[in-house]
Amino acid sequence: MNADQLIPLIFGRLTLEALPLHEPILVVTMIVVALGGVALLGALTYFKLWGYLWKEWFTTVDHKKIGIMYMILGIIMLLRGFADAIMMRIQQAMAFGGSEGYLNAHHYDQIFTAHGVIMIFFVAMPLITGLMNYVVPLQIGARDVSFPFLNNFSFWMTTAGAVMVMASLFVGEFARTGWLAYPPLSGIGYSPGVGVDYYIWALQIAGVGTTLSGINLIATIVKMRAPGMGMMKMPVFTWTSLCANVLIVASFPVLTAVLALLTLDRYVGTNFFTNDFGGNPMMYVNLIWIWGHPEVYILVLPLFGVFSEVASTFSGKRLFGYTSMVYATVVITILSYLVWLHHFFTMGSGASVNSFFGITTMIISIPTGAKIFNWLFTMYRGRIRFELPMMWLIAFMLTFVVGGMTGVMLAVPPADFVLHNSLFLIAHFHNVIIAGVLFGLFAGINFWFPKAFGFKLDRTWGLVSFWCWVVGFWLAFAPLYVLGLMGVTRRMRVFDDPSLQIWFVIAAVGVAVIAVGILAMLVQFAVSFKNRDKLRDETGDPWGGRTLEWATSSPPPDYNFAFTPVVYDTDAWWDMKRRGYKRPKTGFAAIHMPKNTGTGIIISGLSLVMGLALVWYIWWLAALSFLAVIAVAIAHTFNYNRDYYIPVEEVRETEDARTRALAGTEA
Amino acid sequence: MRRLRLLLLAPLVALLSACNMVVLHPAGDIATQQRDLLVFSTLLMLVIVIPVMGMVVFFAYKYRESNKAVEKEYDPDWDHSTSLEVAIWGAPLLIIVFLGAVTWAGTHLLDPYRPLDRIKPGQAASEQVEPLQVNVVALDWKWLFIYPEYGIATVNELAAPVDRPIRFHITSSSVMNSFYIPALAGQIYAMPGMETKLHAVINHPGEYVGFSANYSGDGFSNMRFKFHGLDQAGFDQWIAGVRRDSRSLDREGYLELEKPSEKVPVMHFANVDGALWDSILNMCVEPGKMCMGEMMEIDKRGGLNMASVRNTMPLVYDKYAGRGKSPAYFGSNDSYVMTICTPLQAEAAAADRIRRAELDNISAPVSLARITGQGLTPQGVPMASLSSIVRNPVATGPVSTDVRSAPTA
Repeated sequence: MNADQLIPLIFGRLTLEALPLHEPILVVTMIVVALGGVALLGALTYFKLWGYLWKEWFTTVDHKKIGIMYMILGIIMLLRGFADAIMMRIQQAMAFGGSEGYLNAHHYDQIFTAHGVIMIFFVAMPLITGLMNYVVPLQIGARDVSFPFLNNFSFWMTTAGAVMVMASLFVGEFARTGWLAYPPLSGIGYSPGVGVDYYIWALQIAGVGTTLSGINLIATIVKMRAPGMGMMKMPVFTWTSLCANVLIVASFPVLTAVLALLTLDRYVGTNFFTNDFGGNPMMYVNLIWIWGHPEVYILVLPLFGVFSEVASTFSGKRLFGYTSMVYATVVITILSYLVWLHHFFTMGSGASVNSFFGITTMIISIPTGAKIFNWLFTMYRGRIRFELPMMWLIAFMLTFVVGGMTGVMLAVPPADFVLHNSLFLIAHFHNVIIAGVLFGLFAGINFWFPKAFGFKLDRTWGLVSFWCWVVGFWLAFAPLYVLGLMGVTRRMRVFDDPSLQIWFVIAAVGVAVIAVGILAMLVQFAVSFKNRDKLRDETGDPWGGRTLEWATSSPPPDYNFAFTPVVYDTDAWWDMKRRGYKRPKTGFAAIHMPKNTGTGIIISGLSLVMGLALVWYIWWLAALSFLAVIAVAIAHTFNYNRDYYIPVEEVRETEDARTRALAGTEA
Repeated sequence: MRRLRLLLLAPLVALLSACNMVVLHPAGDIATQQRDLLVFSTLLMLVIVIPVMGMVVFFAYKYRESNKAVEKEYDPDWDHSTSLEVAIWGAPLLIIVFLGAVTWAGTHLLDPYRPLDRIKPGQAASEQVEPLQVNVVALDWKWLFIYPEYGIATVNELAAPVDRPIRFHITSSSVMNSFYIPALAGQIYAMPGMETKLHAVINHPGEYVGFSANYSGDGFSNMRFKFHGLDQAGFDQWIAGVRRDSRSLDREGYLELEKPSEKVPVMHFANVDGALWDSILNMCVEPGKMCMGEMMEIDKRGGLNMASVRNTMPLVYDKYAGRGKSPAYFGSNDSYVMTICTPLQAEAAAADRIRRAELDNISAPVSLARITGQGLTPQGVPMASLSSIVRNPVATGPVSTDVRSAPTA
């Protein structure tokens, strides 16, 4: 066997040419990332933080720390996804009148694909999962999630997927197919490179994490609620999280299956979605949207919950129409499975099929509308405090209704025929996702940050971020609505008509304003950290909260609650405060807790290796890492040393410290 | 800050009036009706959206904590009102019932597969005027238009006479695209091995833009063409102009043409192989390859059993060279299904298919009785897409590559 045979056997199709040295933009990025990475690793080593990170964070099974890690992952990936957005906007603002802009098709097509994939899978998903992970157990008075190890494992699988997407930037290429990778374009015939394989394996690995975390949170909400908290006494955020996780568990397997079929087409030469040999690409489009539409509601439902909490807390009132809010959520959950075809009315289905899906889509706007009214009447006769979360709520309501309206327009099939795939559509879904999901996340971050860290976020920089986002959003996407009505389609790299340029320039300015908003948010974190003593909240209840998470200290102790609270009312903590609840100061017992484990990060690391090996056709490594995954998983089942007791002295000490802190605030 | 935003809006309004919103000012009757539906649904929703936005601002302002005037109204336990609940579910429900009805009717009336019953408001389509048929093929990355009535073809240029209905038959050679001329009518996907249809009419002469509205790879941005709406004389002249070109398009020419290329200038072909469209649609332009229709026909009769497994040939001609066609790593080498007919039989089968397709077009009932109300076909007249099956019960053949190919009832 000579070297020509040996090298492909060892390295598969990975060669030095896989490094994009011919793309100057990427080379610079790579150098910056490498330097930054080296600096970060150096700093961690210098300050001897590795042990701390490993023991306290990477191997943790504490839902609060995992929640925070999810949020950090989401924010880091937001920066990457947003960098893609900036590059697209600059390209589209430049490429007029024969100019090719500064990105070639090969690069530009990867950017819009990566932007979509990253923003949905590795920004929105980790951020909402992080929020749910952090808040839900506290809201239901639990000490952790049902399966703490699984939670850690889910996080690291999601991270492994994100790492794969990032790796594709520097080794090889990412998919050039659009974020849903429709075949036959994504088939091996038309996308022979590694891009689609990166896409497939990144989503498959992250999908394992998402599905498991969905199962985990459902089990937690169903089984671990505090005594007295019946289903109809759950906080609305817990309700919406429950529904979102039901959607995750019911829809992500469809994504897994459809990607597996595409994988077979690409690796084994089957013909599920090919043009000939009986394949049918339309089947892929249907299947991926059967996952894809519920996904939209997976993203937005938890934030509807956040807005409900924010509305009632900052209006100082009970949520208006709790029951109808819950039913609206459940109805949306069910209906979200009956609308997928509205993503492709233009595929040639019959008029009756199109009308059916158009009308079911419109029906979803009824419970959504009811929710908006519920928030509105929660404000009615309240005492509204315009803290940052409340401002995000107002901005959300004013912006989201426009997105909802354009959504219903697109749900009318004949109107969709003229707007489908246009920039109007792009404006619409950014209008609902940014206003609904991102604004909701910012509301949630500002709302629960004091719970997680014990100090509030700086208001001034929060306001800068707020206004930049709101103004920037409209500047960036109102022109896209206009361009859509001018018949401009999405994913274009160059344009003929010079009269369009001004709109793209405005949109680019809008993106610049949003960039300031993101920067202001990072500054807000830094400034708040610097002024943490001034912003500190010792009470654990800085906003006059209503639900159980505000009953404990900020940040909560590892065990969340020394005594499991008993619930009598929907707004449990509000009710406890009103009934003159006295925090018990004696009678503590040792608390049974799960132990940290490194298995999650190890299995995820091996899965990452397997994914990369499969992308590059390095079969021996793929087989080896797969076997290793199985071996580690089996070995973990023999680990019986999984729990420990927090000794009663430690509990007493922690609780006494809290007693002193509370006394300090009252004095 | 709000005021600042309003100020910012002023120049935008000026800009808006200057730009050409083709979706809102189309030149074809179908697109106009689609526009009307768009505007109508927007106005209908504004009925509820504007009050909601007003209420958000009003409530937020009025019930602010610093407003001492409403302090005594504060009612922290007020969380239910049956009448309000009925209203907040009922109001959107009413709007959606109304909009849903409009949608149902509009979707049926503007179904792209439905032959036109009117040319423009107040002018019914004449039964004497046969629609202009254009067969559209989305290629990598250009458009091929075949005019079977005239035996000509063009690349990246389309023309049609004003006020004559056009019937597009649309397919693609490699990947999904979407055929869209905003001024004329809404879009519909172009998919390989399948046929979609679009009926439309252009009412005003002019030069319009058409393009692919579904991303299809590197050359996608330049997959644009001009659509000329011409008066009858102008159209005849245009046809004559195309015919003056000496080029003709046969199978070899097509195989050359379908190779990936970008920014292709306009091409005219005075002659087109009559069976070309059928073989493109059935993905059997390469000689010796079995047509999809043939394959479906065999499958319909129970298949060839094990014989079909061996009936594949390595793909000699690498049709995807430009896009780096490579086989799946573990898969067998690229192959295709061999035709099992003799060339003569295959030709006869194709001719038969074409004849049937034409028959299908002709026999499709252009029910010129104006459909009113719910958009359902008036009694006694079957729906267009079903009719072909009803009227050709002898259709032993195939070969509907139509996306909507309904299983025979």
